[in-house]
Amino acid sequence: MNTLRQIIAVTAVNLRAIPSRLGSSMVIVIGIAGVVGVLVALLSMAAGFKATLAGTGTHERAIVLRGGSTDELGSVITREQAAIITDTPGIARDADGTPQAIAEFYLLTDVAKPGADTPSNVVVRGTRVDVGRVRPEFRIVAGRMFTPGVREVVVGRAVAAQFETLRIGNTVDVRDGPWTIVGVFETGGDVHESELWVDAGALETASRRTAYNSVTVRLESAAAFATFKDALTTDPRMVVSAQREPDYYASRSEQLHLLIRILGYTVAVIMGIGAVFGALNVMYAAVATRAVEIATLRALGFGGLPVVVSVMIESLLLALAGGLVGAVVAYVFFNGYTVNTLNFQTFSQVAFAFRVTPELIRQGLAWALTMGLIGGLFPAIRAARLPIVEALRTG
Amino acid sequence: MAQTVVSLRGVSKRYTRGRQTIEVLHNLDLDIDKGDFLALMGPSGSGKTTLLNLIGGLDRPSAGELRVGDARLDQMSSAQLTRWRAQHVGFVFQFYNLLPVLSAERNVELPLLLTPLSAAERMKRVRIALQIVGLADRGKHKPAELSGGQAQRVAIARAIVADPTLLVCDEPTGDLDRKTADEVLGLLQLLNREHGKTIVMVTHDPKAAEFATHTLHLDKGRLVEQAAHA
Ligand SMILES: Nc1ncnc2c1ncn2[C@@H]1O[C@H](COP(=O)(O)OP(=O)(O)OP(=O)(O)O)[C@@H](O)[C@H]1O
Ligand SMILES: [Mg+2]
Repeated sequence: MNTLRQIIAVTAVNLRAIPSRLGSSMVIVIGIAGVVGVLVALLSMAAGFKATLAGTGTHERAIVLRGGSTDELGSVITREQAAIITDTPGIARDADGTPQAIAEFYLLTDVAKPGADTPSNVVVRGTRVDVGRVRPEFRIVAGRMFTPGVREVVVGRAVAAQFETLRIGNTVDVRDGPWTIVGVFETGGDVHESELWVDAGALETASRRTAYNSVTVRLESAAAFATFKDALTTDPRMVVSAQREPDYYASRSEQLHLLIRILGYTVAVIMGIGAVFGALNVMYAAVATRAVEIATLRALGFGGLPVVVSVMIESLLLALAGGLVGAVVAYVFFNGYTVNTLNFQTFSQVAFAFRVTPELIRQGLAWALTMGLIGGLFPAIRAARLPIVEALRTG
Repeated sequence: MAQTVVSLRGVSKRYTRGRQTIEVLHNLDLDIDKGDFLALMGPSGSGKTTLLNLIGGLDRPSAGELRVGDARLDQMSSAQLTRWRAQHVGFVFQFYNLLPVLSAERNVELPLLLTPLSAAERMKRVRIALQIVGLADRGKHKPAELSGGQAQRVAIARAIVADPTLLVCDEPTGDLDRKTADEVLGLLQLLNREHGKTIVMVTHDPKAAEFATHTLHLDKGRLVEQAAHA
């Protein structure tokens, strides 16, 4: 109890002196705000990217690729295989008994980006006009759907926002010459909104392809996935793999997600070292200017521990203030900020929004407190070890 | 028969700086009785502050026996000394050493934070201490709003508020003009005479020494003379 009272008293004295050393105290606040701001911004980028990909698909849908393929681009599904897959047990059916399955082409095309030297890769998905049977979230938000057999394109909302050239009425080179853009679609904010959708039949002719890249099926229920997968993988006529959609998209986001996070932590560690040195400097200086005060308190009978704790509290509070400033700045400037990035696995464009989540803010504040802890600890120990007699002489 | 409060037997203090060891106090024997007001004089560098710091439990002797009250200070750890100081010594410094961010009242209260007293009891004692030094009306003032003499009187209130065994003052009037110094010395004399405080005071000023009951001279770390006033 006595120690607690001492801690409160010494801390109150310290904190009241902050206004008289406001400038140097701000070094801690601003330094740590910078680290936390950058860290939270970069991690929110990783989180947003992952959320966009992981938010694609539902557990009631599965995607079938060639066995061993990690993504649609490297996968080949022949017509015969597609027919067998479509007939597998576990797939939901329309009232008339038609399986809710869709075989699609997946390829990349160059789209010029204003102001950029090199064109960007954009995904082209060869699908069917009745794609809504398998992806009910699909909705035309401007213009109209493409016409089967015609070289027409509907563009995802996100990719339309990123490329000025992708306007209704414009043309885009998909394969074998220009295709006309006739509509804009959305799919609930998932990764498909970064794609161009065309009629599979028209694309087949233009690209002279004979095999599909993937088959996407709607399951009778989420639980029917096991039945579906077992039936497919034990079929001796082909080697294919089936994944639930969210698992598939989450795995595709992993590499870039990891890369951004590593980048974020690396930058934060480097900046953090700088901020910790700044904090150490400021706190050492604070202890030095208060040496006589500390020595006086120690002479009066105050213990070393309250001195240590009070210096730590001061450093932690300044760090926490910095952390909050950094997190708020990151939130205000980056939350919801939409960017385009390359998905390194497919080298195609994916548009996503930064997400400053409560978890990231917690993480940022934990970093701030860690920096404050390190920055305060050594000065605090020095303060407690201060030779009382010598400090009093200098007074 | 007078009761001995401070007793030194063969006390030496050495400082080691690098390879060099200098002995600042040589083999001192000294007794201070309860109720004494001792003035310690001597040239600069003679070891007055060093001796005072030993008696006040801020530092430990290199050799010899040092008792204050029932405590053997030479045998205590620094944590024990810290606790001992809180209960038994009041310090008065040349430059007052008040905490600038705290009001006079809060400065005086500091030593009481080391006791189990309640906030109300603490405030009561703070008021009494400020009354004794004649500053009952200055409790809310910050040190910067006080004159040198007032600040030193607040420091004296802080030194006596926890009713210590011993008051230890290092040149308490070294920074004050004659008139103010005499007032502060008069206050110390009052504390000694009326309140029975045992006081050890270092001073350069022979006039200040006249307020004491005894004067002791230090020269190059040795006690050279002991004279009693009236
Ligand atoms: N920490 C230390 N290390 C080495 N030498 C010291 C230390 N502290 C004091 N001294 C030396 O001890 C001697 C006595 O110092 P002290 O401060 O006790 O003198 P003083 O009588 O109080 O002098 P003044 O009247 O100037 O205050 C001086 O020579 C001083 O340089
Ligand atoms: Mg001295």
